[in-house]
Order: sequence, then structure tokens, then C-alpha cells
Amino acid sequence: MSIKLKALLKSPWVFHLSTGSCNNCDIEILDCLTPRFDIERFGMLLVGSIKHADVLLITGSGNRKSMERAKRLYEQIPKPCLVVAVGECALSRGMFIHSYNCPVPIDKVIPVDVYIPGCPPKPEAIIAGVVKLIEKVKKDTMKK
Amino acid sequence: MIYIFYFLFFGFLLTAIIGLLASWIDRKVTAKVQYRVGPPLLQPLIDIVKLLGKETLIPAGSSKITFLIAPVIGFASVILVSTLLWINNIYPARSFLGDLIVVLYLLVIPSISIIMGGFASRNPLASLGASREMKLILSYELPFILAILVTVIKSGFTFRLGEILTFQAQNGAFVRSWSGTLALIVAIICMQAKLALVPFDIPEAETEIVGGPLIEYSGSGLAIYRLMKNMLMFTVPFFLIIVFMGGLRFDGIHLWYGGLKYIGLVALMTVIRNTNPRVRIDQAVKFFWGPMTIIAIIAIILALLGR
Repeated sequence: MSIKLKALLKSPWVFHLSTGSCNNCDIEILDCLTPRFDIERFGMLLVGSIKHADVLLITGSGNRKSMERAKRLYEQIPKPCLVVAVGECALSRGMFIHSYNCPVPIDKVIPVDVYIPGCPPKPEAIIAGVVKLIEKVKKDTMKK
Repeated sequence: MIYIFYFLFFGFLLTAIIGLLASWIDRKVTAKVQYRVGPPLLQPLIDIVKLLGKETLIPAGSSKITFLIAPVIGFASVILVSTLLWINNIYPARSFLGDLIVVLYLLVIPSISIIMGGFASRNPLASLGASREMKLILSYELPFILAILVTVIKSGFTFRLGEILTFQAQNGAFVRSWSGTLALIVAIICMQAKLALVPFDIPEAETEIVGGPLIEYSGSGLAIYRLMKNMLMFTVPFFLIIVFMGGLRFDGIHLWYGGLKYIGLVALMTVIRNTNPRVRIDQAVKFFWGPMTIIAIIAIILALLGR
């Protein structure tokens, strides 16, 4: 594995984007930063600017207005980057699947690397999902 | 030839290593204060290696050359100032007339490079952060220079760092006198503002204007800025150790004392950072031009009276 990717997996900085969620997933994501879970010990930080980020964390069902913004943010994130969808809404639009305002799920617009189900997912589940993502990236590069 | 060696080895390599270590101490102590575990030892280095490997994006409509060259200017001035300080610390006889003034000037340039980068990046939040940084420089430079003037007066009106060091080696460190202690307190608080740490992190307020001037930087530009800030975390306390506490020495037990001086200053910075809320820019200007300047002037009067 190249040193570039190795360093990326050891310090993934996270940008947190809500595309119209009910805020439960967002609260659970912020829980990961609290003393009980403390993801800074894996080098993860929550950053405020998309230009500093390595991981795009998307929550919410992705409505007509916010998906345009989400696509623009995905274009602005410096590559190589990873995308994580958190919560039932981000995976399959959840209870909004028949809504007029949510025509497509998020992974039709942005390539998603890992899906974390739950409504909302527990902080343990989010951390487990991110660990699986890191394992997946490692395995993919080993094959190549 | 020997100067190139000093430039590369002491100015860049050693300063960068100690600076990264100091930034790790800062993050770890912050985590401990908040009952967390904190990042592993190599985390600041890994962050910088990762940022160097990432794509550099230039925002549309920004002034491209200024945007790219601003971090390099700040970084170069930090390397230069730490080289000067190391040479003065190791060979006090090698200093030239007025190098104290050169050091004071070069210590401002990192802040100016941040202002340049912020204004060049064509982002409203970055411009806001840059203008706040400018006001902060105007506010803290006056008490900082007055505090350094105390050491000039006490060492018999010399502007050479080397002579200040030899004077302290013969007559004891300035921090042991009343005026020196007052000036050191003022200088530590100004250092907090110079490094943009929490009570005075107004320019880059993470929760308010999301990183301020650095908001549009990505990849290697951000890596150079972060390395510059980590190196400043060594350079500015090192400057204060030289002018107030008699410098670092490398023979026997003095190495241990030198390490204690530096780690003490870093721990003090971290504790101030973790126990204070952010102030507004007008409060910061009032604080520096009011109480801090008055304390610095009292220290100067005491120094002139010989105390």
C-alpha cells in the first residue's frame, strides 16, 4: 500500500453533511466525539470546511434542493476521498421513499463507499462501519 | 557552509520535530482535560504526510500566485527565525547588531502570510478571518515589544541576542527579578495571541467562521500552514526562553532544566487554552491596549529603576 493511502487511513478528517435528516443521525455522529467513544484516538477529526476533509459523511433522505448542494460538495472535496452514508434515510430514503420530494436515493447521485444502517445508528455502529471501510480500502489496494 | 547545515538541521529538522511533538502534547493534554484518550504520538506527522498526498484545489476567481505563495513565505520566515535563534543559543558570540529586531520582525511574517492567503482565496469567511487577524496583530504587537524592551533595558541597552544571553549567564535569568516576571507574564499572554490559541483564536474560530483564512486551503498548502503553526509552537516559546530564562543549554543537568522550561511553557499554553472561552475582537484589543500595555509599562519603569 502506498504511504499516501496509509496516512489517509490513519487520519481521516470527516465533513458532516445533512441532506434534510431529522437530526437524530447527526446527534449520534456528534456522540462519537464525546469522551465515551472518542474517535480522535484513531486520528479522526470533525472539520468545518469541505476543502480540509477526507471523508464525506452524509445523513438524510436527500431531497431535490439539497442533492444539488451535495453533488457540488462532492466535486469540491480533494481527492482521494471516501463517502459514508449514515442512517436509513441516506441508504434507501427510509419512510420518505414515496415522497414527491425525494426522487432518487443518495447513491444514485454520489458514489457511496460504505452504508451504515439504523434509525438512527448507534455510535458503536458508526465506528464499526468506519472500521469496515478502512478494512475494505486496505483489501482493495492489496488486490491491485 | 556551516550556515546551510544550521539552516537545514537546526532551523528546519529539529524545529519541526520538536514542534510536531509539542502539538501532540497539546492535543493529548486537551484530550486528558476532557477525559478522553487522545491521538497517538505520530498523529501530527501523519496528518501532514496525508495532506501532502492530497489534491490541491485553487478556488475559481482567486489570485492564484498569491494563494500558492503565501504559505511558503510564512514557512520560510519561521525556518529563518528558528535558525537565528539556534545559532544565538549555541554560539552567543556569533550574533550581529540588531538581531533582536530582525527576530521580532520575522515573527510577524507568519501572521502576515495567513492574512495574504485569506484575502487571496476569495471567500467571505476567509476575508473576515484575515481582517480579524490584522486587528489582532495591531493589538498584541505593542505590549509584546514593550515586554521585550524590558530585557533590552536590563541587559544594559543591547540589541544583540547573544549579549542578552551572556548577560543572563553571568547575572542570573531576568525572570528572577520583578520587572522580568511582569514582562514574562505579558509576553506569555501575547504568545497565546501570536499562536492563535483559544482565548485569542478569534481569526480562525472553528465553530464560528470554520477555520477563517485557511478555509479554502487543501492539500500541500494546508500541510505547509499546519507545519508552520506547529513550528511556531516551538519558535515563540524558544524566543521567550532565550530573552527571559537564559536560553537552553546542552551540558549535563542543564539539558534537563532546558526541557523543563520548554515543556512548562507548552503546558501553560495548553492549560490557558483549555480553561478559557473565546473573546470578541473588540475585547481582545481593549485587553491588550489597556491592562497588558499598562503592566508592560510598569515593568519597564521597574527595569529602569533597576529592580
